[in-house]
Amino acid sequence: MIEIRDLKKKYPSGQEALKGVNLEVHNNEVIALIGPSGAGKSTLIRCINRLVEPTSGQVLIDGKDITSLNTSELRKQRKKIGMIFQEYALVDRLTVMENVLSGRLGYTGFWKSLFRKFPSEDISKAYALLERVGLSDYVDSRADQLSGGQRQRVGIARALMQDPTLLLVDEPTASLDPKTSRQVMRLIIELVQEHKLACIINIHDVILAKQFAQRIIGLQAGQVVYEGKSDDLDTNVLTKIYGEEDWNVKKKDSNSDDSEEDDAQDIFSLGEK
Amino acid sequence: MPLVKKNDVLEWKRRTPRQTLTRFILLLVAIVAVLVSWSFISAETTWEFVKDAPRQIQDFLSRMFPPDIKYFGKILPALWDTITISVFGTGIAVVLSFFLAILAAKNTSPHPAVRLVVLTIIVASRSVNSMIWAMILVQLVGPGLFASILAIAVRSLGMVSKLFYEAIEEIDKEPIEAITATGASKLQIFVYGYLPQLLPTFIGTAVYRWENNIRESTIIGIVGGGGIGLLLNSAINLLAWNKVLSVLMSILATVVFAEYVSARVRKALS
Repeated sequence: MIEIRDLKKKYPSGQEALKGVNLEVHNNEVIALIGPSGAGKSTLIRCINRLVEPTSGQVLIDGKDITSLNTSELRKQRKKIGMIFQEYALVDRLTVMENVLSGRLGYTGFWKSLFRKFPSEDISKAYALLERVGLSDYVDSRADQLSGGQRQRVGIARALMQDPTLLLVDEPTASLDPKTSRQVMRLIIELVQEHKLACIINIHDVILAKQFAQRIIGLQAGQVVYEGKSDDLDTNVLTKIYGEEDWNVKKKDSNSDDSEEDDAQDIFSLGEK
Repeated sequence: MPLVKKNDVLEWKRRTPRQTLTRFILLLVAIVAVLVSWSFISAETTWEFVKDAPRQIQDFLSRMFPPDIKYFGKILPALWDTITISVFGTGIAVVLSFFLAILAAKNTSPHPAVRLVVLTIIVASRSVNSMIWAMILVQLVGPGLFASILAIAVRSLGMVSKLFYEAIEEIDKEPIEAITATGASKLQIFVYGYLPQLLPTFIGTAVYRWENNIRESTIIGIVGGGGIGLLLNSAINLLAWNKVLSVLMSILATVVFAEYVSARVRKALS
């Protein structure tokens, strides 16, 4: 369970990225953060594990305020927060196994991690996770030899290696093709359910958000402007979050005898009948 | 130049007339400067000596050939000294630079004041030639290999640190964020996030610097630092041109060898 209370972030440049955000995420729940570029989505999820220091406000994870922790307490909390990135954020020159094991760094002493002496249960866990995400054949490959989708799966395995209770996901599909995007999203959702995690996903693709999240949060200019079930997400809501736009997908078929009304579909029914 | 409308036709030119004129004037000034400089250089040159140069070269070459083969017996130990100087000098510089670079790079420096001090050291090291460092160090620690090793190390420190800290500053930040997010300590973040990204650049730079240092340590002996430079110096002083040729041939072979090794290592890294 995570509670965000009146969270504000002002960058040194004077830009106010977050203007008092309130939010609750329960265990076993997937919420999607959507909103235009620059709305503060990335800043918001980075404030949760303090990769970005919030200016004011509270982030409570199971009742514990993250913002008031000192460095070593923060490291302890971060162990429990997995993170998945848009550009996968793997260390290219390390192997897939090393990348996955790096998820255990918070649990491992410095010298042991320096000489890659991870406990054998960590190694079996890493192997099991790589098998789960379908990469058991690539254990010893270098991370930069993999395709985008494979790299994101390594990123997912690394995040789960941490035994997290909360998963922060920053634009997981923005660099992937439509099919791989869906596979990666499905994998994330399945794993969230298997491990009963709370999960916050920043995502540009509203169709994917509607398809995979239970709840949608609309962020605009650093403020929450919409909160609701993903089933309730329609073109009116999109206009509220993103501003005025023609959300209909029209067939540009001038020969067609059908009336315009019949051809007009909104983007959510795209691909359906 | 922005678009111009001329008789209802849009025209686009690269520059405005004013820019064209400025460029023309600047070019003219540059040409005049070159001509004026040349006339000064010409006035300061004794052209009779230059005319005599081909004959001098011929004379030189005839004295150099054939090279003194027996002299190689003395050259080889000196060459070994030279290689020792370059390897140890580079080694010391690389180890020190590793720490200096971490202190100097914006993203890893503990404090701006520390950064400023380290940058000053780096500039100081770079601004003085290794021959001059050697002359100073020979006075301080006495002539011999040790002075040369220090001179090479001090001179290399600046360039190697600079290339190292630039590499640290240009690092891909996303993996660093990811490693930080796992709850890793600062040292772990360095070992897992920074080091794998930096190591190829670090090794490439070290080998490239070593290749340069082989060349520098061949001449450093002239000021009393030992190695093959010492032999070269004494051969020139004795006007023993066939010995000079032997030394030059050995230096050439060593430098070619160093470049080959350096190229192979850097190719293996990429």
